[in-house]
Amino acid sequence: MHSGLLVMTADMLSNGIDSLIGNTLITQFIMVILEIVAIFAVISVAVIIQVYMERRVCGFIQDRLGPNRVGPFGILQTVADMIKLMSKEDIIPAKAERVLWGITPMLLFIPAALVYAVFPFDDGAIFTDLNIGIFFVLAVMSQSVLMFLIGGFASENKYSFIGGMRAVAQMLSSEIPMAFSIMAVVMVTGSLKMSTIVAAQSGTWFVFIQPLAFIIFIISMTMETNRTPFDLVEGESEIIAGPFTEYSGMRWALFFLAEYTNLLTAAVLTTTLFLGGWQGPVLPGIVWFIIKVFLMIFVFMWIRWTFPRTRIDQMMGFSWKILLPLALFNIIATGIGVYIYNWMY
Amino acid sequence: MTEAVSKVIRTEEYQLSMGPVHPSTHGVLQILLTLDGERVVKAVPCMGYLHRGIEKLMESRNYFQCMPYTDRLDYVSAMNNDFAYCRAVEKLAQLEVPERAQYIRVIMAELNRIASHMIFIGSLAVDVGATTGMIYPFRDRECILDIFNELCGARMTYSYIRIGGVKSDLSVKVIDMINVFLKNLSAMIDEYNDLLTGNEIFQHRLKNTSVITAEQALQLGLTGPMLRASGVNYDLRKDNAYSSYEDFIFDVPLGNSGDNWDRYIVRMKEMRQSAKIVKQALDGLPEGSVMAKVPKVLRPPKGEVYVTTEGPRGEVGYHIISDGTVKPYRVHIRRPSLINLQALDLMCRGYLVGDVVVAMSTIDPILGEVDC
Repeated sequence: MHSGLLVMTADMLSNGIDSLIGNTLITQFIMVILEIVAIFAVISVAVIIQVYMERRVCGFIQDRLGPNRVGPFGILQTVADMIKLMSKEDIIPAKAERVLWGITPMLLFIPAALVYAVFPFDDGAIFTDLNIGIFFVLAVMSQSVLMFLIGGFASENKYSFIGGMRAVAQMLSSEIPMAFSIMAVVMVTGSLKMSTIVAAQSGTWFVFIQPLAFIIFIISMTMETNRTPFDLVEGESEIIAGPFTEYSGMRWALFFLAEYTNLLTAAVLTTTLFLGGWQGPVLPGIVWFIIKVFLMIFVFMWIRWTFPRTRIDQMMGFSWKILLPLALFNIIATGIGVYIYNWMY
Repeated sequence: MTEAVSKVIRTEEYQLSMGPVHPSTHGVLQILLTLDGERVVKAVPCMGYLHRGIEKLMESRNYFQCMPYTDRLDYVSAMNNDFAYCRAVEKLAQLEVPERAQYIRVIMAELNRIASHMIFIGSLAVDVGATTGMIYPFRDRECILDIFNELCGARMTYSYIRIGGVKSDLSVKVIDMINVFLKNLSAMIDEYNDLLTGNEIFQHRLKNTSVITAEQALQLGLTGPMLRASGVNYDLRKDNAYSSYEDFIFDVPLGNSGDNWDRYIVRMKEMRQSAKIVKQALDGLPEGSVMAKVPKVLRPPKGEVYVTTEGPRGEVGYHIISDGTVKPYRVHIRRPSLINLQALDLMCRGYLVGDVVVAMSTIDPILGEVDC
C-alpha cells in the first residue's frame, strides 16, 4: 500500500523477524520497541546535528569560523561538549525544592519527545496515525510550560522565578495564534489527521494556499521554542538563563536537549503542515522530508542570529493585538473560500 | 495592577540583586533592584568592586609615573584619559605643547572615541539580545587597535600621549593605516545601520524608554553623549576648545527626546564626526617637533589646576594640587562614567527589567572608571 523507503525497510525487517520467531504477536511487539528506539535515535542524532549546525550557521552569520578543532570541520564538537557536561559536578542549590527541581529537566523532555508519535516522516512512516493528530500535538506541546514554571519556582532563585512567570505568559500568548493558524489548514483539509494533511498537499503546498497562516505559524513557533526574537524565558542579558539558571552539567544538558527537540518539532510541524511533508518528485520521501526540515531549521537559526530580543510587554501586545486578530481574520477568509470552492465544484 | 485586583490578591515588592556577576553589567557593577512583578520600583547602583585607589596611588608617584594609572581608568578609551591628565599637568607646569603634537593628540583621541563608541554599539546590541550586532563593531574596532599597536606597541593601555607632547612621531605606515580605516569606516557604520538601526524590534526597544529631560540631565550633572541626547548643546571640543580643536570643522550631534534611542543615535553620528576631525587633522598636520622641552625632573610650581577634556563618555576632569615637589599633593579625577551612573535610578524607575540592561548600556559605564 505504502511505497516509502522507511516502510519498505520496516516491512522487510518485520518479515525477517517473523520468519525467525514465527509468532506474529511477538514480532509486532519487537517492531513497536524498535520504532520507539528509532524515534529516540532520530531525536538524539538530530539534536547533535542541530547543535553543530547552530554553531556553524551562527559563525557564518557573525563572520567567524565556529567550531573547527574537534574532528574534521569540528563535527565532533558536540560529542566533546556532551562529555564535558556529563563530567561536571552536579550542583544542587541549598534552598531548592530537591524533588521538583530534580525531575523538571526529565519531565521537560517527555512532551518534547511525545509529539514525535504522530509525525509522518515518510509515506506511511508514522508511529500512530491518530485521527486527532494535530490536536494531540498542540495539547502535548503546551505541557512543557508546566516544567518551566516548576523549574523556575523550585530553584528558589529570583531570576528563575521571573523566567518561569515569563514562560507562562509567553506560552499562553503564542499557543492561541498558533492554534488558530493551524485551524485554517485543518479547515482546508477537513481533517485533523496528520497523514490526511500531508496527502492533501500532493498538488499544492499549503504555504501557497495559506501564506498568512504560514507566517503566523512561523512567528508563534519561534515564541513556542523560546528563540530570539522571543527568547524572553531565557533572556540571557536580562535574567541570565531564566528557569535554567541554577541547573548545571547533565541537568542543563537535558534542558538543552529538550530545547533542540522543540526546534526540530517546529521544523517538522512547519514541513508537515505547510511544505507538503515528505512529498516531492524523484527523490525518496524521507530525503525530501530531511531536506525540508533542515531548511526550516536553518530559517529558524537565521532568524535567531539576526534579530534582537523583544520586551515582554511588546511580545504579548504583538501576540494578542496583531497575531490573534490576523489569525481570526484568516479563518474567516478561509471559511468563505472553502464555502465558495465547495459551491463552485 | 488595578485597584480591584489588588484588593483580592496581595502583591509584594521584592529585591533583586543584579550583579556583580551578571552577563550584562559591563564589569562588576551591582544594581539593587526593587521590583513589582517585572516593573522596577527602585534601582540602586552599588560600586566599589573594582576600587584600586588610583587617586591615592598617584600621590606617591611622580608626575611621569602617574601615566600608567590614567590608562587603567577608562580602559576602552585610554588615549582620552592620558590626554586629560597630560593637559592638566602641562597647565600646572606651564608647558607649551608643539602644534604637531596637538594635532596627533587630536587624531588619537578621536580614533579612540570611535573605538569606544564601537564598544558601546556592540554591548548595547548584545544587551538587547542581538548577538550578531556585537560581533561586527568589535571586529571593526580591531582595525583601530591595530593602528595603535603599530603606533606605540600597545592595544589597550597606550601611554602614548606624554606630558609635553606625544611619545613618537607618526610613521608612514600608521598614516596609511589610518587613511585606509577612514575610507572603510563609512561602510562599517552603514553595516551597523543595516543590522541594528533599521531593525523594527531594536527601535521599539529603545524608543521612549528611560527618558531624561534636558533639565534633569543638567541637574544630574550628566555630560557627553548622555547630555547631548537630551538636547543640551554642550561639547568641550566646541565650547572650550583645547589642543587646536578650533581648527577643525565638525558638528555636535544632538538628540531631542533624551531616550535610549537618542543616546544611541548621538553616538552613531559622533563616530562620523570624529572621522571628519581625524581626516582634517591628518591633511593639515603641521611640521615640527612632537615633544616640548620637559625637564627630566618635573617640579611644577605650587598651585592647583582643574582641566577638563571631552572624553567619549563625557567630561574627564583632572584636579591636581601641587606643593612644588616631584609628586602631586592631591589628584582628584572627575570620572564621567561615575557621574553619569547617577541617572540609572531615574532611567529605570517605572520601566521593565528588560529596560534596565538597555538603560545601563546607554549610560555606557566603564567600571574601571566608575570605581577608579
